[in-house]
Amino acid sequence: MTSAIALDDLRKNFGPAEIIRGVSLNIEKGERHAIIGPNGAGKSTLFHLISGRYNVSGGSVSLNGENISNLPPYEIYRKGLSRSFQVTNIFPRLSVFENVRCSLMWVSEYKYSFWHLVDREKKLNLRTHEVLEEIGLTSRQHVPAGVLTYAEQRALEIGIAAAGGADVIMLDEPTAGMSHSETDQAIELIRRITVGKTLVMVEHDMGVVFDLADRISVLVYGEIIATDTPENIRNNKAVQEAYLGAESEDA
Amino acid sequence: MSEITNTHTGALPSSLMKRFGPWIFLAIGLIILPFIFSSNISVYTMNLMGIFIIFALSYNMLLGQGGMLSFGHAVYFGLGGFMSVHFMNYVEAEIVTLPVFVLPIFGGVIGLVFALIIGSFSTRRSGTVFAMISLGIGELIASCSLIFVAFFGGEEGVTGDRTMGPVVMGVDFAQDIEVYYLIAVWAFITIALMYLFSRTPMGRMANAVRDNDERSEFIGYSQRHVRLISFCASGFFAGIAGGLFAINFEIVTEENLNALTSGVVLLMAYIGGVGFFIGPIVGAVVFTLLQTLLSNYTEIWQLYVGVLFVLTVMYVPQGLTGILAMHGPAFKMRRLSGLFVPYLRMGIPTFAMLAGISGFLEIIHHVRSAAVGETSMSLLGIEFNSHDVMPWVIVLTLAAIGGLISRTQLPQMREAWEIANAPLDSNEGASS
Amino acid sequence: MFELIFFSLLNGIVTGLLLFMLASGLTLIFSMMGVLNFAHASFYMLGAYLAYTISTYVGFWPGLILAPVIVGLLGALVERYGLRHVHRWGHVAELIFTFGLAFLIEEVVQFIWGKETKAYHEPEILQFPLFTFFGQDFPAYKAFMIFISLAIFIALLLILTRTRIGLIIQAAISHPNMTAKLGHNVPLVFMGVFGVGCALAGLAGVIAGPALGTFPGMAVVLGSIVFVIVVVGGLGSLGGAFIASLIIGLMQTFAISLDYSVTDLLSLFNVTTDAESALRDLWTLSLPQVAPILPYLLLVLILIFRPTGLFGKRES
Repeated sequence: MTSAIALDDLRKNFGPAEIIRGVSLNIEKGERHAIIGPNGAGKSTLFHLISGRYNVSGGSVSLNGENISNLPPYEIYRKGLSRSFQVTNIFPRLSVFENVRCSLMWVSEYKYSFWHLVDREKKLNLRTHEVLEEIGLTSRQHVPAGVLTYAEQRALEIGIAAAGGADVIMLDEPTAGMSHSETDQAIELIRRITVGKTLVMVEHDMGVVFDLADRISVLVYGEIIATDTPENIRNNKAVQEAYLGAESEDA
Repeated sequence: MSEITNTHTGALPSSLMKRFGPWIFLAIGLIILPFIFSSNISVYTMNLMGIFIIFALSYNMLLGQGGMLSFGHAVYFGLGGFMSVHFMNYVEAEIVTLPVFVLPIFGGVIGLVFALIIGSFSTRRSGTVFAMISLGIGELIASCSLIFVAFFGGEEGVTGDRTMGPVVMGVDFAQDIEVYYLIAVWAFITIALMYLFSRTPMGRMANAVRDNDERSEFIGYSQRHVRLISFCASGFFAGIAGGLFAINFEIVTEENLNALTSGVVLLMAYIGGVGFFIGPIVGAVVFTLLQTLLSNYTEIWQLYVGVLFVLTVMYVPQGLTGILAMHGPAFKMRRLSGLFVPYLRMGIPTFAMLAGISGFLEIIHHVRSAAVGETSMSLLGIEFNSHDVMPWVIVLTLAAIGGLISRTQLPQMREAWEIANAPLDSNEGASS
Repeated sequence: MFELIFFSLLNGIVTGLLLFMLASGLTLIFSMMGVLNFAHASFYMLGAYLAYTISTYVGFWPGLILAPVIVGLLGALVERYGLRHVHRWGHVAELIFTFGLAFLIEEVVQFIWGKETKAYHEPEILQFPLFTFFGQDFPAYKAFMIFISLAIFIALLLILTRTRIGLIIQAAISHPNMTAKLGHNVPLVFMGVFGVGCALAGLAGVIAGPALGTFPGMAVVLGSIVFVIVVVGGLGSLGGAFIASLIIGLMQTFAISLDYSVTDLLSLFNVTTDAESALRDLWTLSLPQVAPILPYLLLVLILIFRPTGLFGKRES
């Protein structure tokens, strides 16, 4: 069976600095896969390589068996891979409603149309309302996204990534900076919207990771030192060393 | 309108009035304006306003809607003008038969074609680099216009005669008022089209790319593609404005392509307020008034415009429309009346200060530039000798006292503003 | 023929070095603050006009020192009270601000000095031909221009690479936040660099005024070419700006002096053209005619084939 995402000896250099040093990984369809690792390990860089933000220096990335290395982000999105960002990356001057609606437009086949009027597109607007409902921002839909609270922006961030219905969703530290209750809500949201989809997640919060993930990969200094079920990862000596005791909090 | 909080949720609005009201108002306004302002100079000014409104709105498709700063937008305006005036001459030479009122279309088409050519490489970059490219291209074409005399007519430009077309419904465009209605119809159509464009998926994505061009790619849109389409649409409408210019003035020159005209349209859009759809309309109206009226009263009106522009950029970046919009919350809470007196108390000394400064500049200018021995000048109808001490003393005192008093009025102004905008006691947060 | 090439070479170098004096200040400011100072050429103009006024009272040489200093101070004030205020709204707002400033400065110059070209001349002791080749003179003043330009560049290079303040500036260019955390007064550095950049532009105006003319349109003419240089050389690259300045300076000078037209080219292949055809402008196109647009053509070519410029570094 073709993996949803297949990384084959993936490498990334910035000048002389090798950030990703030969990562090979297969993420299965429908799997919930978490990528953890100490700061500076290269987790976000890995995301950028897969989603098209960076070009690869070596190796390849495949989506559903198709090589997507070095494709621009919009082509990768159109093939069914969508991502969120660690640092909130929304459209600040557009309303929350518009933020979500824009992320639905391509998949709803509108493309670069200037012969439809968005306000009259019933299906589009209905779907937008549904997504808003799911991420719990219906009451804030007319507010410019830039003035939302941090947690609301993180929810919107996830919403924009998932709204388009991509089969593979990548979330980069979705719960960063959230309180316990906010994190719990976020976990529920993530669980809901990734039903039947492949989820790849970078996370620091071990509670989230052990709650959601089917498998975990541990990235240290640009290499994956272990890929296994949460239980096995927890007991893995090399992982414990790499983290130096950081994994036992928040579990 | 493109204010950030104005989103339509797809359900039909409660009343047709709300939806079509502004357009009906606009149409009626356009029809009756020449009856209110009927002098020749008024019609001339309104014609110019109409042309500039379309031009400035087209520019805002780039800046306000798309986040693209261009210093070379006059190219499409000028080319549109040249194309239209050539077709005017073809009509006169009976090579083609077309009614004059469709000529702006040709202007639009050439604007579109050139925007496509130039945009194909200039929209690869954004931000500062895009601005510099637009400047370079603008200069390139403006310089070319002096070389390719066949199309551009060299230094004298190209002239045409708008009365030589076929007479349609008794109209031969010999009179300015006839041209007014032509411009009014085109203005209405293009304003509507540009507004509707902003409500299409393409228009919405233009805003998205403006806000966050990177993220747009991660929701499936090529930012380059979006920018290119915006660029082409903008060039199209600028070309139409150029065509109307050609019809109105019957002459198009290199001036209509050059950096100064590009600068003027930026100025108009910015002063009016780039964050609002109607901003450029306001800016075009204000600038045209400044240009036609002010220039009758003072020789240094350009200096005033320059100062106004820099002050706007520094202190009022939201533009005149932005200032009006700032009063929205107070208006909704019916607290505007509370601002009336504070505004007067602040406004009068400020006005005095400005009058003093302006008088000071006028006297200096007169002393420096008038012929030797000619020392009598007049300000606001009062004649005096620019070499006397008294006038200097008066204007300087006016400026100083006005400035000092307005300083003292600042706190009460702020207080009044805060009171006017304080949230209502009940139903906090009901309006969003 | 040989003397044509020789003098064009020299004149091209003079122009190129002058352009680089402007482009270097612009590049420094851009590298440091991410702002492309649209009003840069306006400070050039101010330098010329101030030097002119000073020269009418005390002569050329005091103007050479004083005018750039005054312009530099003005630039520092603009940065401190104008640019810094607008900075919070982003690069586009900064660019629009400097654009408005350029417009305003031109109006102010016309207000203070009037619209006519000013009789700003080179100092008498430099009003002699340095040498004469094949009957053509090379003015000593132009040699003076070359000398001053080179002296300034060497001084800049030494300051930037050998002195402590130069190292701080280099650090602030690439890592302003870190440099601030190390205790250096980055806003002061910004103000200083902006001021020095403007002073450089002013100095260029002081020495170019007698040669290229002192009139209110002088900023517009040079301004857009300087931006082309900066884009062609690659934003943020001093070396690129240097090469691009020389290329454009030489290109324009040669184009003006070599009076060949397309007709001449075609006649090499025995092709004649119709003098009344609609494309007649194309056939009669001569090099001197296209000289003004050559920099912009170069810009288009670079944009199509090498979008980041010759040595492009920092993206805005």
